[in-house]
Amino acid sequence: MRADASSPTLGWNLARDASQLFEYHFMINALLAGSVVAVMAGLVGWMMVLRRETFAGHTLAMMAFPGASGAALAGVPAAWGYFAFCGAGALAIGRFSGTRRRSWSERSANTGAVQALALATGFLFVSLYGGVLGDLESLLFGNLLGVSDGQLLALSGVAAVAVAALAALARPLLFASLDGEAAAARGVPVRALSIAFLALLGLAVAATSQITGVMLVFALLVTPAASAQALTTRPALSLAITVALGLVVVWLGLGISYYSVYPAGFFITVISFAIYLLARLLAAALGRRSREAGPARLASAPRGSVIS
Amino acid sequence: MFSAEFMRNALLAGTFIALACGVSGWFVLLRGQLFAGDALSHVAFPGALAAAAAGIDQRIGLFAATILAGGAIGVLGRGALAARDGRPAGASGAEDTTIGTVFTLILGVGLFFLTLLNTSGAGRSGIQGARTLFGSVFGLSGGEAWLAAGVAIAALLLTAAIARPLLFASVFPDVAAARGVRTRLLSTAFAALLGVVAAEATQAVGALLLLGLLAAPAAAAHRVTTAPFAGLALACALALAATWAGLTLAYALPWMPPSTAVVVIAVGLYYASLRLA
Repeated sequence: MRADASSPTLGWNLARDASQLFEYHFMINALLAGSVVAVMAGLVGWMMVLRRETFAGHTLAMMAFPGASGAALAGVPAAWGYFAFCGAGALAIGRFSGTRRRSWSERSANTGAVQALALATGFLFVSLYGGVLGDLESLLFGNLLGVSDGQLLALSGVAAVAVAALAALARPLLFASLDGEAAAARGVPVRALSIAFLALLGLAVAATSQITGVMLVFALLVTPAASAQALTTRPALSLAITVALGLVVVWLGLGISYYSVYPAGFFITVISFAIYLLARLLAAALGRRSREAGPARLASAPRGSVIS
Repeated sequence: MFSAEFMRNALLAGTFIALACGVSGWFVLLRGQLFAGDALSHVAFPGALAAAAAGIDQRIGLFAATILAGGAIGVLGRGALAARDGRPAGASGAEDTTIGTVFTLILGVGLFFLTLLNTSGAGRSGIQGARTLFGSVFGLSGGEAWLAAGVAIAALLLTAAIARPLLFASVFPDVAAARGVRTRLLSTAFAALLGVVAAEATQAVGALLLLGLLAAPAAAAHRVTTAPFAGLALACALALAATWAGLTLAYALPWMPPSTAVVVIAVGLYYASLRLA
């Protein structure tokens, strides 16, 4: 939804088309915010995909619903509610993670229970609020083209904190994610790391969902990381690919939506899924050619072979 | 309480949906596919929007979207990392990423239809979206309640028909495959069944109630017992108890939405089972 009536037109002059993109302040803000989110979500999402915590990430994204409705009920800014509920959700999910011998199914049951409880609370808040929650659509699907200067600044701050925290935790976290038992035996605080990562994930999801909406967080959090991890097993390379793919997806999506009546979120999701499909096809083709070269994916590598 | 017609309809639909959710939830958790069930309940929303945009009955869209998503997750997830530890792909979390990517795509397409609806002036999509997401067990007509009950009973019968091989294939996939059990066909059939339960429950009582009833009673039952039939019975009993208690509570407290009451009680029972076992 463009703010201006003078709609831009696509021509054959590519330089003119590109410069049109930067004519409006809202578009510059959208590109900057999208880039910041793509980098942060790419890095955090890469670790999330590696740790198989996609369901936890989705549950944290759903925390935005009780967050926004609770904030509306209490009369405080929606962002406070987002961050408060995402933090609480991370702690509730984290109860079951770590070294204690919990099966994957048991952990997912706990995650599902947390999500159901959060949605139920959000629904209660909405009905207590007595009316339609301000803008259901922007809660669900975000408003990438309505980012204010203040939001952009706050978003950049959160992203800087999240990326710095992830960098500080990266090595032990990678070890604990790939081989929890060996890491625990070496004295790595696996459980504390796991809760810390969930809190970090909550922070990233809360920041991302304010821009892309609750429903489309995964287009930047999961899909680029999944594509990259299908392509390569080397951590540094696949992290770089993840961030690059995220940026390409955001820029292409915003660029196309600028010249169309349909929202950026739709293009971002579709482009990112198309890249994922291509990556999977490419990985299958490569894997068939060099099957003897070993396992095709990082997470299925033999124990202790990645960290040396 | 029983004199109000909406309450009788709610109890009728709620009872059978609770039974269907208890049984399929028990298998879902056994197979580690809770995220798949959750994703299926979310893709109902774009399905309904697409149907609204095309001007057809939203139930067709609901069922089409859930079955399509189930199939896509099945095909892509199988290629990803099937049966890494000799368990179904879901049990090790290998399907997770695929589910995340597929259902995000479907939600993105839902956004497209939402915009289409808004720009074409068909309007009221927000209201319809809210109804699809949260349903209302108190807003069911008599016919809708009977339909919900009928679909739930059909799903229960189908589950009963495939229960023994499904149990075998879920616990020992390799052994089952070696014995000639058609494990792939079974997983596809179960995914389709789950899609039907998800679509019907979402349409009747809302996605929120579906997730709560799928996850919490079955999780509590798995905590308490590993015996299959005792577990299934316990999951059903807990789902029924949560539904009846929740509906009664929502009837008594006018400000309490019924879905919230049912889910809070179900999750409360689950946390109580953690203390017990």
